Amino acid sequence: MKIKQPIRLIWPLAPILGALMFTSILLILFGARPEEAAQSMWRGAFGDQSKTLSVLAFWVPLFLASTGLLVTFTAGLWNIGVEGQIIVGAIAASWVALKFPGPTILLIPLEILASMIAAGLLGGLIALLKTRGGVHEIFGGLALNNLAIILTNYLISGPWQPPEGGTFRGTQPFQIAALLPRYADSRFSPISLIFALIAFGLVVLALRGTFWGLKLKALGKNPRSAFLLGVSSEREAILAMMFCGALAGLGGAVRVLSWFDSLRQSISGGIGFLALLVVMLASTRMFWVPFIAFFFSAVLNGSISLQLRTQLHSSLGGILTGVLVLFMLLFGNPDVLGIGKRSKQEETDER
Amino acid sequence: MHVELQDIQKSFGPVKANAGISLKFESGKIYGLLGENGAGKSTLMKILSGYQLPDRGHIILDSKPVKFASPANALMQGVGMVYQDPLDLPPFRVIDNYLLAKDKKLILDYRAVIKEMKTLLGRYNFDVDPDYLIESLSLGQRQQLELVRLLAGGAEMLILDEPTTGISAEQKDVLFESIRRLAYDEGKTVILVSHKLDEVQELCEYAYVLRRGRLAGEIDVPCRTENLVEMMFGQIPIREVRTDQALGEPVLELRDLSIETHSLMVQNINLQVKAGEIFGLAGLEGSGQKLLLQACAGLIHPNKGGISLEGADITPWSFHRRQGAGIAYLAAGRLEEGLVAGLSITEHIVLAQPKHDFMVDWRAARELTGERIKTYQIVGRPDSTADELSGGNQQRLLFSLLNSPLKLLLLEHPTRGLDIRSTDWIWNLLNQRRQDGTAILFMSADLDEVIERSDRIAVLSAGVMSRVVNARETTVDELGRLIGGQA
Repeated sequence: MKIKQPIRLIWPLAPILGALMFTSILLILFGARPEEAAQSMWRGAFGDQSKTLSVLAFWVPLFLASTGLLVTFTAGLWNIGVEGQIIVGAIAASWVALKFPGPTILLIPLEILASMIAAGLLGGLIALLKTRGGVHEIFGGLALNNLAIILTNYLISGPWQPPEGGTFRGTQPFQIAALLPRYADSRFSPISLIFALIAFGLVVLALRGTFWGLKLKALGKNPRSAFLLGVSSEREAILAMMFCGALAGLGGAVRVLSWFDSLRQSISGGIGFLALLVVMLASTRMFWVPFIAFFFSAVLNGSISLQLRTQLHSSLGGILTGVLVLFMLLFGNPDVLGIGKRSKQEETDER
Repeated sequence: MHVELQDIQKSFGPVKANAGISLKFESGKIYGLLGENGAGKSTLMKILSGYQLPDRGHIILDSKPVKFASPANALMQGVGMVYQDPLDLPPFRVIDNYLLAKDKKLILDYRAVIKEMKTLLGRYNFDVDPDYLIESLSLGQRQQLELVRLLAGGAEMLILDEPTTGISAEQKDVLFESIRRLAYDEGKTVILVSHKLDEVQELCEYAYVLRRGRLAGEIDVPCRTENLVEMMFGQIPIREVRTDQALGEPVLELRDLSIETHSLMVQNINLQVKAGEIFGLAGLEGSGQKLLLQACAGLIHPNKGGISLEGADITPWSFHRRQGAGIAYLAAGRLEEGLVAGLSITEHIVLAQPKHDFMVDWRAARELTGERIKTYQIVGRPDSTADELSGGNQQRLLFSLLNSPLKLLLLEHPTRGLDIRSTDWIWNLLNQRRQDGTAILFMSADLDEVIERSDRIAVLSAGVMSRVVNARETTVDELGRLIGGQA
């Protein structure tokens, strides 16, 4: 079945509508009113300026990590380790913020550099484990995610605990000079958004315009042929993972330097995994990434105050995003609607 | 059991693997089924053993038409097949594997089954310990185990697919002895699928020969080997399409090259290919030609021996280093090893350029692609993806990606699946390369092609290279004998 171009362009909206309908039906079954929930979510996300700024502040690190993942997805790498890379970036930025007194103009570049280097190296390590050690990047990434969480907990309860004693909740607040300048008492830092937009622009340029981007694309679609065409799979895999790690690390720095003001126990809060979903939803449509990330941010932030207004639990936002991802994976590609149909390739393989 | 195949037809896409084959098998006899690669032997035997269904035609067992839903179902009706790669479960113990298909009870009666199995193993002088893990067994032992499992399952007809590939001479003797016993003492029907003419002559009473999906002939064996060779490969008048070419200095030199994989040992290859020379490698699939090409390309590394390019030792060089030095390799699987599905022609051309800027100049690239499309007569647009092209156009695209000048060009089945026009066109291209002084080493399953296009030819048979023959003086007959392992 051939599908026309305009339909193809707006196709990603179909699973979104489907997910909204499904969640509405779920709400009705539980005796709640979907329109009330939606209204309350909307108010939770955009009800006043501070709420909107919250959505923006949550959006930026998510956008950064998703942007990094565009690179690894293009190269065919499942960088589950992105969560750990965010955490390690946050730790590195915290290290600078806690240990080096200095003016803002010096501290912020240092913090950002430290976070990008540390997380980039972590990404590179996962790639090395894959190319040299034969550890699939999913497993390497998962292991290092856990190590990053353990490292955070150790630092909070050990060397970096506040002078009044460890609480297991976080370090003491950073010096004011170390924090990103925030907009109107909110958690949103306009500078961080500029970083994210620059990063996104660079990634789009790298993937569309550079020879490196083309190599990654070839690698992601067929590593064997790419190798035979002269692409060094090891080098490019390491570079792609480091690139993604650096952006995720920057996202981590934004988390500690603007969303929080200290290193906290769950510093990422699952933003890395959320970013994986964002990029899966966008698939090859790069320009959807900022919008999907923003939608996620709005839904999740909007549902925080859900319980106050309605009798609904705030996890409704999580349910909606989860259902959305499932629907996207099921119906996301208009060409494979005939689910369960065997491809031609499989049939010839059986010869 | 009397088995009859009536007008069996099976197609894979446009390829007719079996184009109406009818055969008869009597009980108590040993049959040989012969044919070159792609002749349709495997497809036919997979149909007979229930692995796949025919598009048309009937299988008749003792004058009763049957339909097999699966190999297990075929075995229940008396037909069992020993595959080249045995269908066993390597992490299992021998006895567990044996029980798996057999005992459907909740509690397994190991003692009785071990006894039964040992009796069977002993009857055919097979040497397998039921307690061993399958993965610790040799291929020959696994074969014996499969045979016993099929017999215990009630097989009246046994199909053995290339059973002597990869087993020891001793195991081969045991196997042949047991096959004779099965046929002559126990009245089973045995089919030996093989390309080794000696073995068919030694073991079988009657041979069927397939060629291009049809029955090309049948004959009582032993017979004159020439008869079998002629039926297998046909006799087609040879056209002289070779261009004469003064040969230059040696480009590629292989010295005592040995390559070992888990299934094949290629040993002591000595070979020289000169600038401007076309050297053909013949042999059945899996005899070592591909390994040889891959070793020259640097995709696999030899266990022993050396490779030189224009006199310089390049044995330790990686694939990419050799690529940079002017060695190109084109694999047979176009979309698997060579092209990237989903990438456009332009993107392929850019990727394959020897020099790159950091940014891609897409406009210039599209222009270059337009030229290449014209030169190489590719039916497609610059932004057509590789998987949208037909096989012939994919092959043209692959050739358009080759850089100039090349010192050495390694080709696997350069014209497989192409029509005559594309084939001729590709060979024109290769002849141009040869005039530029490129040494060409290629393998092909098409003997006519090898003879018509090469200057010199070597045949590989189970990893052993034959003497090098002059393509202008050899015949399909001679090559056929070399392929069958005869000197």
